[in-house]
Amino acid sequence: MSVWRGDANAGELQHFQVPQQENQTILDLVTWIQRETEPGLAYRFSCRVGMCGSCAMMINGIPRWACRTHVQKVVQGNQVTIEPLRNMPVIRDLVCDMSEFFAKWKQAEGQFRGGKSRYDAVEQLKPDTPKRRAANAAIECINCGICYSACDVVSWNKSYLGPAALNRAWSLLNDERDQHSLLRLKAVASDAGCHNCHSHQSCTQYCPNELNPTGAIAGLKRMAAVAALRGDI
Amino acid sequence: MLRPHRRHALWVAFLLHRISGLGLAIFLPVHFLVLGLALEDSETMDRLLLWSDSVLVKLAEFGLVFLLAVHLFGGLRLLALEFLPWSNRQKTFAALALAGSFLLACLFLIRAV
Ligand code: SF4
Ligand code: SF4
Ligand code: FES
Repeated sequence: MSVWRGDANAGELQHFQVPQQENQTILDLVTWIQRETEPGLAYRFSCRVGMCGSCAMMINGIPRWACRTHVQKVVQGNQVTIEPLRNMPVIRDLVCDMSEFFAKWKQAEGQFRGGKSRYDAVEQLKPDTPKRRAANAAIECINCGICYSACDVVSWNKSYLGPAALNRAWSLLNDERDQHSLLRLKAVASDAGCHNCHSHQSCTQYCPNELNPTGAIAGLKRMAAVAALRGDI
Repeated sequence: MLRPHRRHALWVAFLLHRISGLGLAIFLPVHFLVLGLALEDSETMDRLLLWSDSVLVKLAEFGLVFLLAVHLFGGLRLLALEFLPWSNRQKTFAALALAGSFLLACLFLIRAV
């Protein structure tokens, strides 16, 4: 297994011999390396079951979640190369600085802003309206950053909000309880927003939760176009 | 070589669309120049037309129609992707676009030679 070691300034691949077992994930191997041979290896994980989104890394050049990637599925000629995610500054080894990724989430108005307080009755939502379906389809994002790493437009344009933040905005724009639609639509139709997307669909290709950020962004483009025609934004 | 994260049908579809667009952008001015010659200088035009009968040029023309078809279908694919909210079938679409382009270009080639 070749593992990228280094920090923000420089780094290189370091090679390790690891035991092969029938059923193991990339995260198992990284943990094995850290426990058995290289205690200084930095990497992130938490849930180990694909819930928290903290273990993403480049595996043979493709962004994936380490905890649910079986070695058998990605091994190429008895060899696997792992590196930190693309499009984010490295802190050390496999650990990236995700602050910009989350800042963009905020910039896209990714926060739910309801209009009710705890003293109001709970709002009833019909599960099968088209809007609710669209919101639900985009909601299971675990903030892993895989789509952000896969996106070439993020590499080309540093200010681009990226697929995850835009997908989040799309989910909220379809949530009937939210009160900030216009503000959010302005944010996502800005220079840094949805119109940058070239529809490469790498985000959708690699999202481990099988979400469709490209579809969400296309939805935002349509929504923004309608709002602009109406003179709302 | 394509970097690993770009090796999927949809990224390749994007690439083809971009390359065919650039190819057309380079070719079209030349095309209009030749058409313009028909009005101004028919002798040069005739010589050009004669030259364009050769196999090599025919092949180039095949490439051109191919580019045009790729670009057309690629554009239709994008329009479908952005305006129709159904997307998981995009792969099939990309494949269909390519197949359609090939078919058209081959038809042209058969007719030309
Ligand atoms: S579809 Fe858009 S957001 Fe997704 S990877 Fe491509 S350019 Fe990036
Ligand atoms: S959209 Fe998918 S790939 Fe992107 S951060 Fe969310 S879960 Fe990860
Ligand atoms: S460790 Fe939580 S998603 Fe992999």
